[in-house]
Amino acid sequence: MSSAIDAVQTKSDNAPGNWSLWLRQIGAIFRMEIEKNFLSRRSLLIYLIAFLPLFPLTILALITPPGREWKDFNQYSVIYSFIYNAFIMRTLVFFGSAWIFMNLFRGELVDRSLHYYFLSAVRREVLVVGKYVSGLATSILLFTATTVIAMLLLYFPHFYSQSVRYFTEGRGLTQLLTYAGITILACLGYGAFFLFIGLFVRNPIIPAVLLYGWEWLNFLLPPLLKKISVIHYLNSLVPVPMSEGPFAVVAEPTPAYIAIPSMLVVTILVLILAAYRIRHMEIRYGSD
Amino acid sequence: MSTSDQLIIFDNVSKFYGEILGVNRVNLQIAPGITSLVGPNGAGKSTLMNLMTGLLRPTRGSISILGIPTDQPERLFRKVGYCTQFDSFPRGMTGREFLNSFLLVHGYNHKRANELSQLALERVNLVEAADRKVAGYSKGMRQRIRLAQSIAHEPAVLILDEPLNGLDPMVRAETIALFRKLAAEGLHLIISSHILHEVDMMSDRVVLLNNGYIVAEGNIHGVRDEMEEHPMQILIRCDQPAQLAAYVFAQDHVVEARLHDDRRGLFIKTRDADRFYLMLNHAVAEGEVNVESIAPVDDDLSAVYQYLIGTSGGSA
Repeated sequence: MSSAIDAVQTKSDNAPGNWSLWLRQIGAIFRMEIEKNFLSRRSLLIYLIAFLPLFPLTILALITPPGREWKDFNQYSVIYSFIYNAFIMRTLVFFGSAWIFMNLFRGELVDRSLHYYFLSAVRREVLVVGKYVSGLATSILLFTATTVIAMLLLYFPHFYSQSVRYFTEGRGLTQLLTYAGITILACLGYGAFFLFIGLFVRNPIIPAVLLYGWEWLNFLLPPLLKKISVIHYLNSLVPVPMSEGPFAVVAEPTPAYIAIPSMLVVTILVLILAAYRIRHMEIRYGSD
Repeated sequence: MSTSDQLIIFDNVSKFYGEILGVNRVNLQIAPGITSLVGPNGAGKSTLMNLMTGLLRPTRGSISILGIPTDQPERLFRKVGYCTQFDSFPRGMTGREFLNSFLLVHGYNHKRANELSQLALERVNLVEAADRKVAGYSKGMRQRIRLAQSIAHEPAVLILDEPLNGLDPMVRAETIALFRKLAAEGLHLIISSHILHEVDMMSDRVVLLNNGYIVAEGNIHGVRDEMEEHPMQILIRCDQPAQLAAYVFAQDHVVEARLHDDRRGLFIKTRDADRFYLMLNHAVAEGEVNVESIAPVDDDLSAVYQYLIGTSGGSA
């Protein structure tokens, strides 16, 4: 009976740093989670959140609203910056990530199925990575698609030929890729945070709303506190900066070469904490 | 290989849920074979199993399974399979997908995972339903697919929390036969059950738990022998029970002799069963009495359970 066990044992027990085993296990976890993220009943809400901004943009594509700015092609980068900042980054990516990443562990606690992972011969750190990567792939795919489609949907219906030139010869493509990159960074940062929160609190809505408030009020915070937020670093990268209004406390944007590594380092630190938490986690569904 | 590498060892283990006691000061060494955990609801059976598999962490003490500490799942579950009582499954999967998915998480490649899944499905007799969604399974089928999941990676230690719940009599018998086969292959099987006669039938040893404490452990007959405060009850079927009663009552170790209602047998209670059997041999040899049968009445798990825990336990 032990031949199969021995086969795996020689690969794992005898080589604690066996990357090929870990990668295989991450792949297996990734596949299971991706299926759940995209095909379960829970995924309906995430599709709705992800594609919500596209409905008003589709209407705008059919009807040009009154107002001079809508007739001026040069204003469209400002309009998109507003749409991206207010609706895509602060709302869609935020709440979408909250739903996807909090459900990675919290959803399984609610379904009482997390123990199957815990009863597998897999390091719990590997489990965290597998689940996080699956959440990341899901959120990046959905929210980057929305970021790109929203931009194209804004530009092309009203100024087709100018838009073609803008995206092929002008700054359009660079801006599009920058916005997509910011969305990816937002998924990384918010994803790690929400995965971590999902391990601790029974009702993750409360910390999500608190963080949402903190991120929205970021423009009022003194420069030092601004830096304790995800939105500050993301705003620093936006290609067309938004005016934050007359009450905003002005602070220097963080340069990209600091903002991006800072986000990545914080993400890794949060994931390490999540892995530590999972390593010591008990399964007591009754109390969860 | 040291002795501890072949045993499941609890070293002064306690588990508290806040103020509430789960188990207290458990010291156990479990060897290969079938060991049953027996006790009323809330006795600490599931807590002990969850501690063994790292789903819970002991508040005090330590546990090792075949030399592996329980806080290293990546090593532990190469050797351990656990069939829990949680009747829930990942959504949307068929039985086969359920087994395959977690074998892949173990690290097996697709081909080997498929082979092991098929083998496990055959062992629990669930091949025909393997490609149906688990959500549509009956209670007994869900129990069997959980059992299949716990044995699929061919563990050396199998921990089974109420594994016979929900199974019909035929499948129960097959499952018990499977447990016996696995034990004969040298596996450790730790089984919790309420059904005392089934436990009695299949276990090599029992651990009796009550209110979080171990009240007895070992071979059931050995445990019974040590209960001196409860004299052994024996029923002797013979042709002259009244004469035998007078004969045995003269012995100092016999504390009670009572005629059976049908007056064709004699109940006796003795503090020393070995001396009683010796004395009975003499009586038979001297032609005092013709004995048809001799049967201990309370040398089983039900009786031990009743004496130690105070209720009659569960029944089929």
